[in-house]
Amino acid sequence: MTQAATNTADLMVEMHNVNKWFGDFHVLRDIYLEVKRGERIVVCGPSGSGKSTLIRCINHLEEHQKGDIVVGGVPLTQDVKRIEQIRRSVGMVFQHFNLFPHLSVLENCCIAPMWVQKKPRKEAEELAMQYLERVRIAEQATKYPGQLSGGQQQRVAIARSLCMHPDVMLFDEPTSALDPEMIKEVLDVMVELAEEGMTMICVTHEMGFAKTVADRVIFMDQGQIIEENAPEPFFNNPQSERTQLFLSQILGH
Amino acid sequence: MIHNKDMIPEQPAPKGTIGPIAWLRGNLFNGPINSLFTLLGLYVLYLLLVPTIQWAFINADWVGDSREDCSRVGACWVFVNARFSQFIYGLYPSEEYWRANIVFAMFAGIIAWMVIPRLPFKRWVTVFALLGFPVIAYVLLHGGYFDLPQVSTHRWGGLMLTLLLASVGMIGALPIGIVLALGRRSNMPIVKTFCVIFIEFWRGVPLITILFMASVMLPLFLPTELSVDRLIRALIGLTLFQSAYMAEVIRGGLQAIPKGQDEAAAALGMTYWKRMGLIVMPQALKMMIPGIVNTFISLFKDTTLVMIIGLFDLLGIVQAALSDSRWLGFSLEGYVFAAFVFWIFCFSMSRYSQYLERKLNTGHKQ
Repeated sequence: MTQAATNTADLMVEMHNVNKWFGDFHVLRDIYLEVKRGERIVVCGPSGSGKSTLIRCINHLEEHQKGDIVVGGVPLTQDVKRIEQIRRSVGMVFQHFNLFPHLSVLENCCIAPMWVQKKPRKEAEELAMQYLERVRIAEQATKYPGQLSGGQQQRVAIARSLCMHPDVMLFDEPTSALDPEMIKEVLDVMVELAEEGMTMICVTHEMGFAKTVADRVIFMDQGQIIEENAPEPFFNNPQSERTQLFLSQILGH
Repeated sequence: MIHNKDMIPEQPAPKGTIGPIAWLRGNLFNGPINSLFTLLGLYVLYLLLVPTIQWAFINADWVGDSREDCSRVGACWVFVNARFSQFIYGLYPSEEYWRANIVFAMFAGIIAWMVIPRLPFKRWVTVFALLGFPVIAYVLLHGGYFDLPQVSTHRWGGLMLTLLLASVGMIGALPIGIVLALGRRSNMPIVKTFCVIFIEFWRGVPLITILFMASVMLPLFLPTELSVDRLIRALIGLTLFQSAYMAEVIRGGLQAIPKGQDEAAAALGMTYWKRMGLIVMPQALKMMIPGIVNTFISLFKDTTLVMIIGLFDLLGIVQAALSDSRWLGFSLEGYVFAAFVFWIFCFSMSRYSQYLERKLNTGHKQ
């Protein structure tokens, strides 16, 4: 995408002065974030810094109380129809996979295309197999999630999201619940997805992943965006003290 | 250092650790105290079983038509025999039994079709069972259409009435319970308050009171031309009462479903009803099978309480028969028979629920 980035039609996600409270607790403070189509953003920060809450606001799994969120040109409001419309174009991958345990892998991938997009079963199944092959798990299609390893489940969860043809993918710590030997298989899929030009916002502590694919790395602390930079300067020359401290804690040993 | 270069071949378990003898030794006779208790248990079993079998089978009288045919040493099943059709049909006119028999046969057929896994078209049978069958059953049992003489509901009774009350109660209570459970978890304050009040009211009042109010007090408040059949009133009371219990059972199941399930479904763009219907409720119901069947079983037995408003279910009709002067003194036989019939139905439900649990288990404990 070589076109000038200022074109608003190219903005996938816009967050302007977004504020959120859990009761009295101010979790997001004046968040300003614009994500262009095809851009890959990595969000990092200490636990409790609000990074998960930030991306969960984008598809309204969490409600923000102040500020504006626009997704794919559609402003996010209280309107349920509007929220569902945005959710159809925003894929999300969760820390704990959240696959539907009572459905087979194939059914997990088919259920939303069939019931939300009203695709015929056959078409939905073909689509699902296509994406399951892409995440290299097609041979497990008839199994149930409980029979798969964590890494396999997370790859199914990615395929399930992709079946809806999302414009943007949100990843909420997709590898932090995995055993160490399974992290790579999930990251590989995510890297491929990034190389294909998918717009991605990833909350993750995988700094290797951030260095390879991110266009921008965002550091959050106490509900605020502290620092934002391309990966190379972000890791080599962090500006703020808190970023330096955080990086030294996760990279320093 | 390498411990085993080659795979160690599989070896049989040592002698005396598997097989029936080993099981006996391991479970019943492992040590002197356990052996003593086992023998004691067997002796108590012997003391209980032998007289029971003698009374119920060996010394029992089976055929005859009056109390004189009974030796009184064992059970007098002659009494049950003589009254059998009443126990099944209540006071339904005997020349119209065929109508009830057709309904019984259809009922049994539907149940068998639903329970046997190999049979196809389950969905259509369900639709028929819920929509077609009740109409056919009503037309046949009640009559008044197609030259069928009318048999008013106060003559319905016995097992027929018990099954009618139980099936309508179960089929009605489950969907109402689901709606109430969802309502109680709703974010909308009015819906939530309504559901909480509804559930707590029906749960807090004894079923007898509800039946009594439905039968005696409701007509006082309704205009006389708007008289609702006593059976219908009992059915409504029973269904609403059980739906409150069902709602709480299902709410328990809903609470056990991780929040992430609903979030994942929401993130895929599903509407509330699709999330509930496709993702959350199937998992909750599966988890709640023991609780739901437990409620069903207690509902089945609670149907006996309609006795107090003058409806004669199986137990009611047995009791009525006991007060017949020609058959005084056979209450034990009557109650044993009623207990046996109730037990057969409840035990079947219990076994089927265990089978369902195993069948639906997809090993999904995350």
